[in-house]
Amino acid sequence: MSYEDIHFSKEELARYDRHIIIPDFGFEAQKKLKAAKVLVIGSGGLGSPSLLYLAAAGVGTIGIIDFDVVDDSNLQRQVLFGVDEIGKPKVEAAKKRLESLNPFITIKVYNQQLTSQNALDIIKDYDVVADGTDNFPTRYLVNDACVLLGKPNVYGSIFQFEGQVSVFNYTNKEGELGPNYRDLYPTPPPPGLVPSCAEGGVLGVLPGIIGSLQALEVIKVITGVGETMSGRFFIFDALNFETRTFKIKRSPSNPLNGDNPTIKHLIDYERFCGVKAVEKPIKEISSRELYDLQVRGEDIQIIDVREPHEYQIANMGGELIPLATVSASADKIDRNKKVIVHCKMGGRSAKAIHELEEKFGFTNLYNLKGGILGWIDEVQPELTKY
Amino acid sequence: MATIIIPTPLRKFTNNTARISIRANNVKGVVNELTFNFPDLKKHLLDEQGNIRSFVNVFVGDEDIRNLQKEQTPIKEETVISIVPAIAGGMA
Repeated sequence: MSYEDIHFSKEELARYDRHIIIPDFGFEAQKKLKAAKVLVIGSGGLGSPSLLYLAAAGVGTIGIIDFDVVDDSNLQRQVLFGVDEIGKPKVEAAKKRLESLNPFITIKVYNQQLTSQNALDIIKDYDVVADGTDNFPTRYLVNDACVLLGKPNVYGSIFQFEGQVSVFNYTNKEGELGPNYRDLYPTPPPPGLVPSCAEGGVLGVLPGIIGSLQALEVIKVITGVGETMSGRFFIFDALNFETRTFKIKRSPSNPLNGDNPTIKHLIDYERFCGVKAVEKPIKEISSRELYDLQVRGEDIQIIDVREPHEYQIANMGGELIPLATVSASADKIDRNKKVIVHCKMGGRSAKAIHELEEKFGFTNLYNLKGGILGWIDEVQPELTKY
Repeated sequence: MATIIIPTPLRKFTNNTARISIRANNVKGVVNELTFNFPDLKKHLLDEQGNIRSFVNVFVGDEDIRNLQKEQTPIKEETVISIVPAIAGGMA
């Protein structure tokens, strides 16, 4: 339906009055919002504020894709959710909250992971995508799907105290196509070099700021009001309160839409990002199996490769050797008995085991599946989860 | 001396220093001087061949060095250089 055919009820006119009376926005922009379909990928830290503002602003159709359930560690920043939603699917909790905020819009939910198999089919029905995902494979997947389908991609990303915003694959009023994520970052970092937010942390208010900026850019893309961030790359340093905006351009070597495109359909993004790299498999042990070993009184050593402040929150009595120091502390690790290595979720401990096996030839190291969080779930629920 | 701004994720390798002054003629000189003084930064900025990694962007002023003279981009006294690595957080 063309935006010109959009009509508003009396209640909607009252609701959107503060938009409609802005001279440069007005009735026309509000109609465009109601006619628009926006897909928000990820309803977590970035998705929470952007969904709230897009729903409040009157975007007519909002799609939400997320496969996660609400966890109490989400509530520090994911302001869509409350304690009553813990354990429920995020998309269902988000839909309920947004419908109570604005009953005049349609919310569609996809309680699944975005994959190379379903991305084109889901994204094709939308006018604009807002990317609030938390990992490199999905970032490249969203980018490539948007470029292949010709959809603008409003990008926001955060880590600890740093935020980034841009608008990718946007065609301006002159018909010029702007750059996309692959022009900015041609290839992802190898796994392990850049920690995820789950491991590296994020200041809760930062996604509030960056997600709100994404909502702003989505509204500008839809309405044509103002200048979008296309061709510009914004970064925010929350520690020093410094903002910088850089110019970015399309690259002739972009494999999607440069001079010699080589990517014509979606690829295996896990492999592209090296997540599935052919690493030697490491030995694993479940929390239950470890508990059984302890009950049997078997002589084992437990190494905790987390940071001291994490150890203070919760520990299972392991020897603390933070990941960065494992090589220097290799002589503290026993070679003659089973050594269980753990971290918070199992990622850093796997890295530590690879490093120790490669450099020092250890053969007796076992990664605790699910890390201390798994241990708390299965064996010691009295410990603090974080 | 030119000023180089270190992004928050890499400040743990620069003794938490956000801005570092470096005397050099071009971007390559800046990166060499930086990684010489802060050796732990090296693997985050440079690949095995010593080139700036493709997920680390370097801006001179507000321009991407890939649109200037790449690592040979000249540096002046008042130049501000920003290092901006890819980050991917948002959802979880």
